[in-house]
Order: sequence, then C-alpha cells, then structure tokens
Amino acid sequence: MASASAPTAASAFEYAPAPESRAVVDIAASYGLFIDGEFTEAAEGKVFKTVSPSTEEVLSEVAEAGEADVDRAVKAARKAFEKWSALPGPERAKYLFRIARIIQERSRELAVLETLDNGKPIRETRDADLPLVAAHFFYYAGWADKLDHAGYGANPRPLGVAGQVIPWNFPLLMLAWKIAPALATGNTVVLKPAETTPLSALFFADICRQAGLPKGVVNIITGDGRAGAALVAHPDVNKVAFTGSTAVGKQIARTVAGTRKKLTLELGGKGANIVFDDAPIDQAVEGVVNGIFFNQGQVCCAGSRLLVQESIHDELLDSLKRRLSTLRLGDPLDKNTDIGAINSAEQLARITALADQGEAEGAERWSPACDIPESGYWFAPTLFTNVTQAHTVARDEIFGPVLSVLTFRTPDEAVAKANNTPYGLSAGIWTEKGSRILAVANKLRAGVIWSNTFNKFDPTSPFGGYKESGFGREGGRHGLEAYLDV
Amino acid sequence: MSDQNRLSVFKTYKLYVGGKFPRSESGRVYEVSDAKGKWLANAPLSSRKDARDAVVAARKAFGGWSGATAYNRGQILYRVAEMLEGRRDQYVAEVADAEGLSKSKAGLQVDAAIDRWVWYAGWTDKIAQVVGGGNPVAGPFFNLSSPEPTGVVAVLAPQESSFLGLVSVVAPVIATGNTAVVIASEKSPLPALSLGEVLATSDLPGGVVNILSGRTAEIAAPLAAHQDVNAIDLAGADETLAKELEVAAADNLKRVLRPQPVDDVDWSATPGTDRMTAFLETKTVWHPTGALGASGSSY
Repeated sequence: MASASAPTAASAFEYAPAPESRAVVDIAASYGLFIDGEFTEAAEGKVFKTVSPSTEEVLSEVAEAGEADVDRAVKAARKAFEKWSALPGPERAKYLFRIARIIQERSRELAVLETLDNGKPIRETRDADLPLVAAHFFYYAGWADKLDHAGYGANPRPLGVAGQVIPWNFPLLMLAWKIAPALATGNTVVLKPAETTPLSALFFADICRQAGLPKGVVNIITGDGRAGAALVAHPDVNKVAFTGSTAVGKQIARTVAGTRKKLTLELGGKGANIVFDDAPIDQAVEGVVNGIFFNQGQVCCAGSRLLVQESIHDELLDSLKRRLSTLRLGDPLDKNTDIGAINSAEQLARITALADQGEAEGAERWSPACDIPESGYWFAPTLFTNVTQAHTVARDEIFGPVLSVLTFRTPDEAVAKANNTPYGLSAGIWTEKGSRILAVANKLRAGVIWSNTFNKFDPTSPFGGYKESGFGREGGRHGLEAYLDV
Repeated sequence: MSDQNRLSVFKTYKLYVGGKFPRSESGRVYEVSDAKGKWLANAPLSSRKDARDAVVAARKAFGGWSGATAYNRGQILYRVAEMLEGRRDQYVAEVADAEGLSKSKAGLQVDAAIDRWVWYAGWTDKIAQVVGGGNPVAGPFFNLSSPEPTGVVAVLAPQESSFLGLVSVVAPVIATGNTAVVIASEKSPLPALSLGEVLATSDLPGGVVNILSGRTAEIAAPLAAHQDVNAIDLAGADETLAKELEVAAADNLKRVLRPQPVDDVDWSATPGTDRMTAFLETKTVWHPTGALGASGSSY
C-alpha cells in the first residue's frame, strides 16, 4: 500500500476493542435451497462454501442450484401465485407487517450475520442496513391494501412470478427492495442472492416460515451466475428484476428481448460529488467520505468522482486526507470499525488492478497509513489526484474504496464533467447557495441527487438510474409499477 | 381557366430533419401507392446516414426543448392542433388515399388526431404533479421526485394507422420534453411527411421532431444501435424486427417500449399516461432540512 506522508495526529487515547458478539447468530453447517416452503438439496447435489471476507473462515456450505432447481422453484412460485394474488390486500399486508416485525426482533442477529458473510462493519449493518430492511417491509406492507390508490388505475393486477437476482453489497437490503414490493402487489418470488453472500437470504427464508407465509410465495435459490441466468431465461417467469453490474444487466436485457417479461435493472454508477467553493468544508468532507467509503465503496451510487472547485482544491484535499487518516480499518465486528473487508478475493483483485492502472496512467495515489490485517480481503482507503476525465479511474466503476479527484472552475464545467459518463445513478452537490443547488441538480443526468448530504436512502423515496445505470425505480409509489400490469 | 383543363401541381415529398426539408442523403426514392395500387408520389427512401443526421438534430434540440417551460410546450402542442385544423381537408384526402378509407372515415381519423394534440397539450404541465412529488422520508430531509425526459427517442410509427397512429406515438414523446426521430409508416408515409410541414409552422423548434420515410427495418437498425439514442418505441415493428431491435437497444440500455399486439390497439380510444411515462426518468433530489431550535410546543 502507498502510505506516503500521512499526517496522522496521534490520538489522545486509543480505542479499546469493542467487538460485537457473534454468539447471537447460529449458523448451520449447511443449507439447502428454499423451495415451496422447504429446504431441499440441489438436484445435482452440488454445494459451495461461503466465507467470511475478513478472516477467510468458512461459515457454511450452501446448495448450488442448477436448471432443474430453478424450474422447481418457478413451478412452486407459479402454484402459489393463484392463491397469493387472490388474497385480499389487507391479509397480504398483515403478512408483510409480520415479516417487518420479525426482522426488527431479529435485527441484531441479522446484522451480525450480514457482517460475517459480507465483511462490512457492524456499525453499518446495525445502523443502516437492518433499519432500512425493516422499513421497506413496513412501507410496502402499507401499500398492499391500497393499490387502487397508487395511481396505476383501479384494481391494478400483479404480473405473476418474479425472478429476482441481487448483488452482494447489501444482501438483505436488496432482498427487501425486491421482495417487499413484489409481495405487496400480489406476485410470488424466486430470488437468487449473490454467490458470496447467500446466508441472510436463507435466514430470511426462516423469517417467512415464522411469519406463516404460504408455501411457495417466496423461494430462495442459491448459486452462481448460471442459476441467475437460468432464472432470467425461464419461460414461466413474468418479471425480471436485477441489481448488479451494467455488463450483466445488458446481457439480461438481451435475454428478455422479444418476450413479454417486464424488466427493471439497477446497475452500475460513477457518481460525481461536486464541491463548490462556498461549501462548508467540514461537512463536505464528511459527505465525500460517506459517499465513497461507506461499505468500502462497494455501492453502485457511491460518489466515486470528487469534482472540487479549483480555488478550494488544496484546502479540501488537506482536510480530506486528515479525515481519512482517522478512519479505522479492521475487524468488521468491532463497533469502532469504519472500513471493513472487501467482499471477495475476486473483487479485491479487480479493485487492485484498477488502482494499479490509475497509477500507471499517471494519476497520483495516496492512502493514509493503516495496518492491513494478515488474513481476509482488504484495501486501504485510496485517493487519486491529478486525475483527468480520460483516466480509467475517472471512467470505470471500481466498486471499492477508491476516490478520484478532478477539478472544475465554473458550474457549467462541473455539470459537463459530472455528466461525462455512460452512467447516471447518483450525484452530490455541496454549496450554500440554494439557487445553485437547484440549477445544478436540474442539469445533472442522474436518478438520485444528494445536496449537502450523500448516500441517504428511504423506502418512500424512488431510487434508480438514468442512461446505463439501468431503468425502473425501486422505492416509493414508483417502485410498485415494476410489479404491476400497467 | 376551368378545373378540368388545369394540370395539378405535384408535391415533392421530403424528409423533415432539424426543422428543414431535405431530400434523402442517399438520393433514393420509392413509389408510394394508394390502397388500390395507384401511384401517389415518390417518397424519400431514407438511408442510415439520414437516421444519424436526424439523431444529431434531435440531440441538438433536446436542451432547448426539455428546458422550455411545460406551459410553453403545451402552447406549442396546442398550436399544432390549430394548424392541423386549418389544413384538415388536406389530411383527410391523404389519409383516405393512404388507408383506402372513405372521406368520412378518414375525417374521423384526422379529427381524432387533432384532438390528440389538444389532449397532450393539456398534459405538459400536469404530468409532473401526477407522477412526481415530495416523499415523506423518515429523517430531517426535504426530498422531491420529479419526472424528466429521457432524451432522444426513436419512434417507429404504427404501420397501419398512417396519421392517427403516428400522432398517438409522437405527441406523448415530445409533450414531456423528449425529442424524436420518427420513422413513418413504410407503406403510407405521406401523411407523416406532410405533418412535418405543420410542425414547421407551429413554433415547434427545429429538430424536436424529425420525420424519416423509407424501409422501417433499414432505418430502425442504426437507430436501435445508436449510442446517442436514449429510448425506442417499437410500435411499428413486427415481432421479429422488434426482438432484433430490442437486442440492439440493450447495448446502451435504451428504454424500450415494446409493440402492443396489433389487434389490441384502438388508436381512437383516449390514451392513458403510459406513452408519456415510458420515456420519463424519475429524478429524486435530497436536501437536509435542519431544525429550527429544539423540539417543543412553541409555535
């Protein structure tokens, strides 16, 4: 790691370790596929291991779904659809409310589980992921008996079986974003969690059981991209929802071309965080840090490009470097940890390669002094300065804790640079001038604009991208459309 | 001079691109006949270069058109209806020829098309309130979702309904601030090409609507693959072509509006908002609200 002249101010006193106990989670040695209300083995009997990214410890072994399993799950969902969609809205709502409540009850257990399987800090799973997961189920539970009022006509109909494929960066939150609106609108679900983070979805299967959800309404199939591809291509799936990389999103769009399957895609991003010279520097620095180092930067809407007005470049960079030097990287289960582990060896390799390329292309690399644990997958918070728009680190989504810094002089230039990307998911604006916020927000081609804040999420608020960041919105009234025949 | 002795003046039908009326870059034309096979005119047989020029014009017009006030866009759409009303007889004749309809049936089509412009004119300043609004987030934030046009939309106009179908797919696209590259009905392109003349005199900025005639499949392919086209409406594509174009559209994740089964389309029914919302993005803007003083009962 490059650990140049980090101006680390010696702390007055060191933090004592404050590990969250993992005793609250009971992980079984192996898990099957959750189909038609039962855990079953994969037809071909294949399994794969899921590891903790921070220690490389094997957590469990899960079944690897093949085409026959996908077919079985879709059939179960199809069978369950008839009754589930016919259920009166208030009854469907109550199931969702039950699920939301059970998630709250088991929130600590799920937060620890998610941290173990994903590598993200417990502070984030506890304070961000889990509260949002519960909130999503509460929000969409309330829609289940009010669909006539959602603006999609009287008596809007569900589509049928939803095939849903979700990523590893927010395993349980992405599950909630997909399953809550699907069930509220009367669809049934086959969901495939990411290969590296299957456990929380399997725990969710148990929550469905506790909630007494009818069999087959939710089916969870674990496996790799092949299972996802089989699910997307299955002829009896009516709706496909995918969150993940733009490359895979394009492949899915090709697969469903010429079919009647409804499709929504939440894909990659290269969000610009624009800091004007009148921005409150300390708040902007916090926002920039939150924008790119939240969840180790493994966030599609991360503010991975910092666009700073030239006149405050040096001041802001000094502040930012000082702040980065106080970030604590290490054991994700420690409550004081800011930066956890990268989700997988594969992702670490990708981040490493792109950062190395940035250096090779002439951008200036900087990381604070920080100890990297011996085992597990780690990447120190990294800044690139002297970056131009042509640099790979300014163009490609890195999906890691790597921030590229560019400068601008005028608001027009900021807008032009921010929009100079095939992506269009998120952007940030930092300025004290209200009219400038509105003018710039208006011109940015992105689905979510955070002004004087960053990385805020809420179930009532539509989220989704422009351009190659995908189409469709999740959250809010808008999120219902994807699951209704409108 | 009495009518029977007068030789009529033929019209050279041209494309409508960037507010101008060019011939096809290719120099090609094709014969357009009426429903009984009688020759009507030679229409431009557009090339892929024409399609690309039209995209450039549409992109150039997008900033101004999407930045115009919704009120202004409504005024202009209504102006299109006014202009059409004044030239009603011309369109009735063209539609009757194109679709083999009686004058009275063609008249109904044209009337419905004129009314369609009026209907969408009234939508321009309402759609944002209907599909956008404030979100009650659980935190100290002001958070607002508003619809925005997605950009340049390639529109394959319906093949059978040469005028009402055309207007029904073009008006919603531009009502919301998008700009359009339209491929007219292959067999009956003349009403579409004449619409360009009305648009040109309706205060609609040049480039907002660009109209091409020719082989739908030939022109649509480069549009579906074009990296600067944001969306495509496949109304005028058959099943095979639609699939091909949808695959091509995946390359830059264009928004795709799939063709509805032909039998189900009743172009004279009052449309819903679907054709507008299909080409809208939702932008959500957040800002902290802060707090004035401590919580309490004072007010």
